Amino acid sequence: MPTASELKPLYRQMQLIRRLEEEAARAYAQGKIGGFLHLYIGQEAAGVGALAALEKNDYVITTYRDHGIAIAKGMSPRSLMAELWGKDTGCSRGLGGSMHLFDSKNRMLGGYGIVGGHIPLAAGVAFASKYRDLKEVTLCFFGDGAVSIAGFHEALSLAALWKLPIVFICENNEYSMGTPLSRTMSVDDASKKAPGYGIPGDQFRADDVLDVRDRIRIAVDRARNESMPTLVELRTYRFRGHSMSDPGKYRTPEELEERKQKDPVHRARELLLKLGEKEESIKALEAEIEAEVEDAIKFADESPEPKMDLLEPTTYDGPFAA
Amino acid sequence: MATRNIRYREALREAMMEEMEKDSTIFLMGEEVGYYQGAYKVSEGMIEKFGPKRVIDAPIVEGGFAGIGVGAAMTGLRPIIEFMTWNFSAVAFDQILNNAAKVRQMSGGQFKCPIVFRGPNASARQVGSQHSHAMEHFYATVPGLKVVAPAFPADAKGLMKAAIRDDNPVLVMESETLYSVKGDVPDELEGGEIVPLGKAKVVQEGTDVTIVAYSRMTHVALEAAAALAKENISAEVVDLRSLRPLDEGTIVASVRKTHRCVIVHEGWPYGGVGAEITDRVQRLAFDSLDAPILRVTTLDVPMPYNAKLEQLCIPQTPRVIAAVKRVMARRSN
Ligand SMILES: Cc1ncc(C[n+]2csc(CCOP(=O)(O)OP(=O)(O)O)c2C)c(N)n1
Ligand SMILES: [Mg+2]
Repeated sequence: MPTASELKPLYRQMQLIRRLEEEAARAYAQGKIGGFLHLYIGQEAAGVGALAALEKNDYVITTYRDHGIAIAKGMSPRSLMAELWGKDTGCSRGLGGSMHLFDSKNRMLGGYGIVGGHIPLAAGVAFASKYRDLKEVTLCFFGDGAVSIAGFHEALSLAALWKLPIVFICENNEYSMGTPLSRTMSVDDASKKAPGYGIPGDQFRADDVLDVRDRIRIAVDRARNESMPTLVELRTYRFRGHSMSDPGKYRTPEELEERKQKDPVHRARELLLKLGEKEESIKALEAEIEAEVEDAIKFADESPEPKMDLLEPTTYDGPFAA
Repeated sequence: MATRNIRYREALREAMMEEMEKDSTIFLMGEEVGYYQGAYKVSEGMIEKFGPKRVIDAPIVEGGFAGIGVGAAMTGLRPIIEFMTWNFSAVAFDQILNNAAKVRQMSGGQFKCPIVFRGPNASARQVGSQHSHAMEHFYATVPGLKVVAPAFPADAKGLMKAAIRDDNPVLVMESETLYSVKGDVPDELEGGEIVPLGKAKVVQEGTDVTIVAYSRMTHVALEAAAALAKENISAEVVDLRSLRPLDEGTIVASVRKTHRCVIVHEGWPYGGVGAEITDRVQRLAFDSLDAPILRVTTLDVPMPYNAKLEQLCIPQTPRVIAAVKRVMARRSN
């Protein structure tokens, strides 16, 4: 039986991510955030649960749908929101934006915009850990759409061949942009690719955050203790469009409504109550989160823009290569 | 100063081995670099010295191991990634363009990427249209990357060392046709052990025309200069060595002296390094020019297999001489 005290911090993270993103969507509509904005809403249990299985020195790397992962790995709401606002105080000083959240201190190695392009990088990070005999594990997240591209297969192939300490996590939210799974994958479960590379696979629904933590921990332990990669498919669902410009016409309102009934954040809250946490104490936690979100927005609003003089030193380490 | 006469491939190998002895975070990864001793024997003997942990045979998966290199570089290692030839880097282009070159800026300077990508570039002998690419143009245009293309063993060694020590992604464009070329390599290179990135070298002084070249074309330019000398035309040859950073100061100083400029490189004429240099010279030395700047490049076609046609496509000494004579036709005396 889980305890309320182990669930509470995870609920806190999920609710914080949910609220930050809801406010980000609002800010996007107000023109405070530009470009692409891919929300994690509906998928929070996947990232939060998986990262709860890590130790501090472990690494994470993900796609452009990276807000939740960044927060779960320890990025501050201020740092996140300021980055979305394109401000100098953002995690990447306003140069990365929503899709490219980096946090070296917390070993968050970034969000990447080319589908599948970061998966070999993740293998490289695991390679470096193994090369230096460090017992670190790398978690690599990607979408179901990435399972078709070379980077996925090349990275799995090499990680398996060289037995790298890594867990590949396919967040299967059933769509790549507007295309349902049935029209992108020849199998109904990405982890079925694992045996082809000679590595273990696992697949389960990422609805319960503690369940995700416990199942991912098996793969993390395998990576840490046996230096053996695992390919995990997490079944999840995004409640919003692919990005802000997507009205989501490729799915029915009924389908969406049905999935929202299984909202993982709501589910965690219910479980907290069931485990004996008092409603007032949850409300107090939520009020704390509201204050934190408000503070982050204010911080982002009031922060300065980056200056041109930031561009040269972030393009090269040392003198600019004209 | 003591020198040794060694081959270009040995110079590259010495640079890698000397640096690897000093720094255990450096490793070499690529196809056939280990047990096979290197497709072009550049890494001969390295696996015996450093073992398979640091001289790593990779399967045929350029995108994958280029990406592994970038990830390892982001977290504290200093990879040397060998492409069997730069032609095959096309399938890893995304890793170099979108990850190696970008990670520093898109992380707001939080991560750096100290990595070397290296291998032979441009034409070999009759290897056909898919194996004869001069890839440097594609990479030199990318901010975030550095690109070097040494012509001589001494520069091959010095630039390789500089590339390994640099904290940015550096691409070393070698040449299959230069690997066996011998040259004197000083035990102590000028200004220390390395040849600094971004410094061109005047390899032949002259007064009438500046010929700018790099990699194997520097040798072609020198041949042309020797032939032109017999006809009383004094050509100055600038060997770029680095394409990015580009040493426009040395180029411009030479053109200010000679008032004429011919650029020689492999690769197609559309865009490219020659076009870039042309832009800079006309902007920075406009008043010094007595003739239009001419470029001698690979012809604007895919490389043919036929030996004669291939040689016609690649810049040759007679084409360089002809270009020099065209700019000299405007000699005012
Ligand atoms: C190589 C590449 N091709 C196309 C795109 C455009 N694109 C961005 S996201 C996306 C869908 C990816 O879906 P999935 O991998 O399932 O991730 P999700 O968005 O569902 O999290 C596409 C086609 C891209 N970014 N990169
Ligand atoms: Mg998807």
